[in-house]
Amino acid sequence: MSALNKFRETMRRDQVFDIVNKQDYSEVDTSHGQILYVEDVTVSFDGFKAINELNFYIEVGELRCMIGPNGAGKTTMMDIITGKTKPDKGSVWFGQNINLLKMTEPEIAQAGVGRKFQKPTVFEHHNIFENLEMAMAGNKGVWATYRAKLSSEQHDRIMSVMDTIGLTDNSTQRAGALSHGQKQWLEIGMLLMQNPRLLLVDEPVAGMTHQEMDKTGELLTSLAGEHSVVVVEHDMDFVRSIAKKVSVLHQGSILAEGTMDEVQNNQKVIEVYLGE
Amino acid sequence: MFKLLKGDRGGQVFLTLLTLAAILIPIFNLILPESSPFHVSTFTVTLLGKYLAFALLALSVDLVWGYMGILSLGHGAFFALGGYAMGMYLMLQIGDRGVYGNPDLPDFMVFLNWKEIPWFWHGFDNFWFAMVMVALVPGLLAFVFGALAFRSRVTGVYLSIITQALTYALLLAFFRNEMGFGGNNGLTDFKDILGFSLQSDNTRIALFVASAIALALGYLSCRSIVTSRLGRVAVAIRDSEDRVRFIGYRVDHIKLAIFTFSAVIAGVAGALYVPQVGIINPGEFSPIRSIELVIWVAIGGRTTLYGAVLGAFIVNYSKTYLTGVAPETWLFALGALFVFVTLYLPNGIVGLLKRKQA
Repeated sequence: MSALNKFRETMRRDQVFDIVNKQDYSEVDTSHGQILYVEDVTVSFDGFKAINELNFYIEVGELRCMIGPNGAGKTTMMDIITGKTKPDKGSVWFGQNINLLKMTEPEIAQAGVGRKFQKPTVFEHHNIFENLEMAMAGNKGVWATYRAKLSSEQHDRIMSVMDTIGLTDNSTQRAGALSHGQKQWLEIGMLLMQNPRLLLVDEPVAGMTHQEMDKTGELLTSLAGEHSVVVVEHDMDFVRSIAKKVSVLHQGSILAEGTMDEVQNNQKVIEVYLGE
Repeated sequence: MFKLLKGDRGGQVFLTLLTLAAILIPIFNLILPESSPFHVSTFTVTLLGKYLAFALLALSVDLVWGYMGILSLGHGAFFALGGYAMGMYLMLQIGDRGVYGNPDLPDFMVFLNWKEIPWFWHGFDNFWFAMVMVALVPGLLAFVFGALAFRSRVTGVYLSIITQALTYALLLAFFRNEMGFGGNNGLTDFKDILGFSLQSDNTRIALFVASAIALALGYLSCRSIVTSRLGRVAVAIRDSEDRVRFIGYRVDHIKLAIFTFSAVIAGVAGALYVPQVGIINPGEFSPIRSIELVIWVAIGGRTTLYGAVLGAFIVNYSKTYLTGVAPETWLFALGALFVFVTLYLPNGIVGLLKRKQA
């Protein structure tokens, strides 16, 4: 029966096939003020529900912090948004017009969602300049990449991003030789090169010194506004220093949402974090 | 061309030596009398020509392994397919000079009592058709194989194993007489190419020079890839595939394009090899051959391109020498060489030279 229904669905005469009607993801429609819609998303691994009926919205230009104990599903949530994991059900929309669940990782990246991994991941054998150059927005097809020449505007763009992340002094240094904190910034810089509308940043200050943390905080707050930023972080002090709005994730769904103070005084949050 | 070689000392030295060899060796062979101490025998010329074909093959392996991290243990398959395409052309040039004197059918088909030539042999009597096939057949196989493997994100040791399985499957298939490629014996007893006798000195020299030119062009084309942004992205894929995907590159497309290009180079190398050694048989598909050529690259030094060429020359010269003097020791020597290089020279001989310089 379900096969028949599927066949009928495919053969409906009031619409055309997806392949004919290719999704246009060149322009994100955010006229309602939201950049990301995550609705009723559930995903389970071997019966364990890593994400359970997750709902949240990110506004344009917002800086949102996501906190939660280990195993709350923070990284899985990022995997879903960036196309690495497909959810069992639910919907994820980028703006009002782009359905992220139908797209592959590179397509999502091209559409304007940048992601920083938990472990700093830069290309160790390339220098800082080359790392940024490769990440630069543009046609990333095989032939276009082979023929790519750097224009002077593109050169300037790389220089200005390098300036933003504070790595101008060592542009020809191999990324593998950078310190842990510098690698984190370089990775954020690589995201910026893609001109993303939405930045997903996974544990940006893990393993950083206090000075580095402050600098990272400044960097992320300065990026909000022009970009929407979602930060997943464990470090409460850091979250308090940058967050306007915090979401607490617990067992795969949102437990509480609000300012840092509201969240901290929320009875359910206290139970989850401190036990009864 | 000069832009490609900017900052590539090793490449400059290599191409200079290659050019000198391509000019001087024909002179030493054809013009100097045999009594002269500088005379190069035709046997040596053919041997060097064979090494050049191997060097081109090593180059294609370095492109995918050194620069993109795909350890292909089946590149011998693409080499052999190119070789077979050339062999089929040469086979049909024999005409009625075969043992059975049949003007239409190669000897092995007469022997098998076949009445007419199989459909896939049609067209191979034309040199240019055969040359297109030399590139097309390995390229197509690599394309189909790569499209399936890279789309399903098969990487690392699993990919190595299935490339190995690929070449082994082809080995078994080509052993069968029914396949129509001469079975166990392969294709041999070639007479001439483009009307020139394969036994004459001039043809041998021409094949040597053609190999040198192919190697130089192969080097420059690989170099143009690795110095482009595409080459930098390939290295990035080697170092961190996920990151590349999340900055918006189609990793599978890039891998597929470079892998296919590399297979075409390997096919061309096979086509140059066959007329010089005079035979192509299923042994070229054996997994051991493919592993051996990975060892050439490891010994010469990965990620430099000219290191692969150097490795191919050193190992194959040692092989020629040792199998002449003490044949039973060769495999032990190869194994020992590989262990030594892995332990003490992780960047191969080129790495050692670079370290000395620095």
